[in-house]
Amino acid sequence: MKKQLIKFKVNGDEYEIAVYPWKTLNEVLRKDLNLTGTKLGCGTGDCGACTVIIDGRTVNSCLTLAVEVDGKEITTIEGLAESEEKLHPIQEAFIEKGAVQCGFCTPGMIMSAKFLLDNNPNPTKEEIKKALDGNLCRCTGYIKIIDAIKTASEKMKGGK
Amino acid sequence: MGLPKFKYLAPKTLKEACEMLEKYGEKAKVKAGGTDLLIKMSNRVITPEYIIGLKNIKELDYIEFDEKDGLRIGACTVLFDVLRNPIIKEKYPAVAYAASVTATNQVRNMATLIGNLCNAAPSADNAPTLLALGAKIVLYSLNGERVIPLEEFFKGPGLTALKPNEIVKEVIVPVPKENSGMAFLKASQRGKVDIAAVNVGVYLTLNNGKIDDVNIFLGAVAPIPVRAKHAEEELKGKEPTDEVLYSAGKKATLDASPITDMRATREYRLVLVEVLTRRAVKKAIDFIQ
Repeated sequence: MKKQLIKFKVNGDEYEIAVYPWKTLNEVLRKDLNLTGTKLGCGTGDCGACTVIIDGRTVNSCLTLAVEVDGKEITTIEGLAESEEKLHPIQEAFIEKGAVQCGFCTPGMIMSAKFLLDNNPNPTKEEIKKALDGNLCRCTGYIKIIDAIKTASEKMKGGK
Repeated sequence: MGLPKFKYLAPKTLKEACEMLEKYGEKAKVKAGGTDLLIKMSNRVITPEYIIGLKNIKELDYIEFDEKDGLRIGACTVLFDVLRNPIIKEKYPAVAYAASVTATNQVRNMATLIGNLCNAAPSADNAPTLLALGAKIVLYSLNGERVIPLEEFFKGPGLTALKPNEIVKEVIVPVPKENSGMAFLKASQRGKVDIAAVNVGVYLTLNNGKIDDVNIFLGAVAPIPVRAKHAEEELKGKEPTDEVLYSAGKKATLDASPITDMRATREYRLVLVEVLTRRAVKKAIDFIQ
């Protein structure tokens, strides 16, 4: 079977690669592009560890065919920080609030938080909880994660 | 394990997609959001040789409304666009709400409303409200279009009235009548995310304080979403007093034939049918007043 050529942007960088049609975006990001910040958890769209943003919307990269991102812009966890030194306010808030334990769910949580704050800069606690309905944390709980997102929303006020 | 191998076809128009379906027949599967299909494939429940991806068909991604024909939602419209659409929120609030409590944010950004109908899960969250509203579904093939009531679309778990050469084009929802209200309620083990143990859609009209027309559909309690005939009859022509609402809730259980599975027991589902029907009818009435 033949590979298909796709062109897409990840974190601002353009890629042109040949992929098999049955490869998911998650496999391509992790194995072909070596962007392993995006995790693979359940593989069935339940846990959200694989969450990335395509054209402004969060999706499960485990349920996205790579051939279908042709022409799209993707943001992964690696694309959030401004530089090696300066993290994104959501990342800073997760560290400040201790919202990370094992860290496996964190990239997905942060991408979902970004999708929320891009669409709703001042979310209530209920809205934050709803925004995380597709992200599971199995270490501890969600309280610090919710606190972190609230803090991030305050940090980001007036900014992006 | 990853997905089984397949060839990916990317038609640009609905007609082109139907030509491919006509050519490859049962070897092909049509894919919209893919959030159900790809899971079935990675579990090797189905292993199609071809995937016909509808994602690039721009003409199928729309939400339109006019005062005569009502609301039209295209086959590629994702749930996120349904739940936040201003017209749907204003005129069809239960349709927007049902979309908002289907699965998760990420899935709602990928999955289509029509895909939820086509998978024909008895628990499909977007089915009961649309059924109660008297929605129609438009089936397209190279022979032309066929419009059928959504009520005739569901044939069994995973089974629909779609012929092998047809693709759903859109769903059409009539304009809500004067003095009408609608509601959707769902109960599941884990809030909204989980598959519903029971869901209920209601659409009704009031006339001089009495219930005039009423449609109630129950999900996840039979092989397909079913009409709660007994409850409807109990309500018609009556003032919606607490007594009438409680009685209608009880009658709704006569139309449910639930099974016991990991989501709920048969007995618990029957209780949910009673309570959710009562509350959904009340919510639809409150919506009018």
